[in-house]
Amino acid sequence: MKYIDEFRDGAVAHSIATAIAAEVDPARAYHIMEFCGGHTHAISRYGLEDLLPANIRMIHGPGCPVCVLPVGRIDAAIWLARQDGVTLCTYGDMLRVPGSRRLSLLKAKAEGCDIRMVYSTLDALKLAQSLPQRQVVFFAIGFETTTPPTAVAIKQAQALNLGNFSVFCNHVLTPSAITQILDSPEVRELGTVKLDAFIGPAHVSTIIGSRPYEYFAEEYQRPVVIAGFEPLDVMQAVRMLVRQINQGRFEVENEFSRAVTRDGNEKAKALVAEMFELRRAFEWRGLGLVPYSALRLKAPYAAWDAERRWDVPQDSPPDNKACECGAILRGVKKPIDCKLFGTVCTPENPMGSCMVSAEGACAAHWTYGRFRDVEKSE
Amino acid sequence: MCLALPALVTELLPDDSAKVNLGGIAKTVSLALVSGVAVGDYVIVHVGYALSVIDPEEAARTLALFAELDQFEAEPA
Repeated sequence: MKYIDEFRDGAVAHSIATAIAAEVDPARAYHIMEFCGGHTHAISRYGLEDLLPANIRMIHGPGCPVCVLPVGRIDAAIWLARQDGVTLCTYGDMLRVPGSRRLSLLKAKAEGCDIRMVYSTLDALKLAQSLPQRQVVFFAIGFETTTPPTAVAIKQAQALNLGNFSVFCNHVLTPSAITQILDSPEVRELGTVKLDAFIGPAHVSTIIGSRPYEYFAEEYQRPVVIAGFEPLDVMQAVRMLVRQINQGRFEVENEFSRAVTRDGNEKAKALVAEMFELRRAFEWRGLGLVPYSALRLKAPYAAWDAERRWDVPQDSPPDNKACECGAILRGVKKPIDCKLFGTVCTPENPMGSCMVSAEGACAAHWTYGRFRDVEKSE
Repeated sequence: MCLALPALVTELLPDDSAKVNLGGIAKTVSLALVSGVAVGDYVIVHVGYALSVIDPEEAARTLALFAELDQFEAEPA
């Protein structure tokens, strides 16, 4: 497959690894956070940590929108699905995430709620058109990559004057999450989480461009390299970051230049800016309340906002006490530090979102990483 | 979730969409978020929408940078 296979070439991966090994300073450690769940997944799947020298430590970040959605919002989605006449449409990832009382959308569906998995927001729109007697609610999640698709659907709903379509909006923003991590006590004061550099998200950046990261690089004096999702992209980004760290630079570099420009996708950005505004605060699993980190529909689009159509509960129940998703999302703990990992919490019986989502750190470690743990202990 | 894959545009369709080929699988995607897409372009597809067009020159440049084995400064793109 073009633009995929060439970026997965094993021999090239090894040669980049050799170059990295030659460039690292053996006297120090390099702590690199990969923000995006897609990168966590690529690193695990291709065993990239095995290719890197031991003094490069990859830290998982909170860039998985499924993982960072708090229990309360899952409960709210289930509540919506239980309302009279509602058909709830959702991306597949959300179906198995546990909410309160071990409920999930999948279990609610088994109990009789009309919950449908869709691939695209346009599928949900078509469903609303074909079921005029149902109230179709789309469970919208995702970072800046996924917000424009929601915007397009609402625009089309408006053009069609569709009264039975609405969106339960949980779109979140990448820069706010990065700020929250960099401002967290573990990073800022305590130094328990050392962070030298970031690998910037791939597809979020096709939308927002590389410009928004310039603020972080300068303000927090950490280099950022935006990387594609293929293993060679990640290896090259690590190489570029090592170089910057060694040279004391903190710039934004773009490894994913085949798809990302400095300004991003102006058409998508304009559409989102026209229709959405910032919520003053939003709760993130693991990060707590983060100011100006999430979106809701502007007043002219209130008719398609599920939270204005129904009085959706805004509770904020805590996570399972033993679940370490929060700490894992902040980079403070690893999956194996969680008492539940691999014992109670497995992909068949997930206790938290990090194990359910394909991009969650725990799911990635379960699928690809735990075999390395066994080898190490033998 | 973030999963987005490069796909080859094989046919432009009315109502702002296109047929694409994703590793042998044909799909229809929306072009509402991009402009100036032509048959033969590669686009990044995410949840049923094309998000951006892949720049073949930049792709080639990136592959060439991977092959760089020595310590010359890579130009920031």
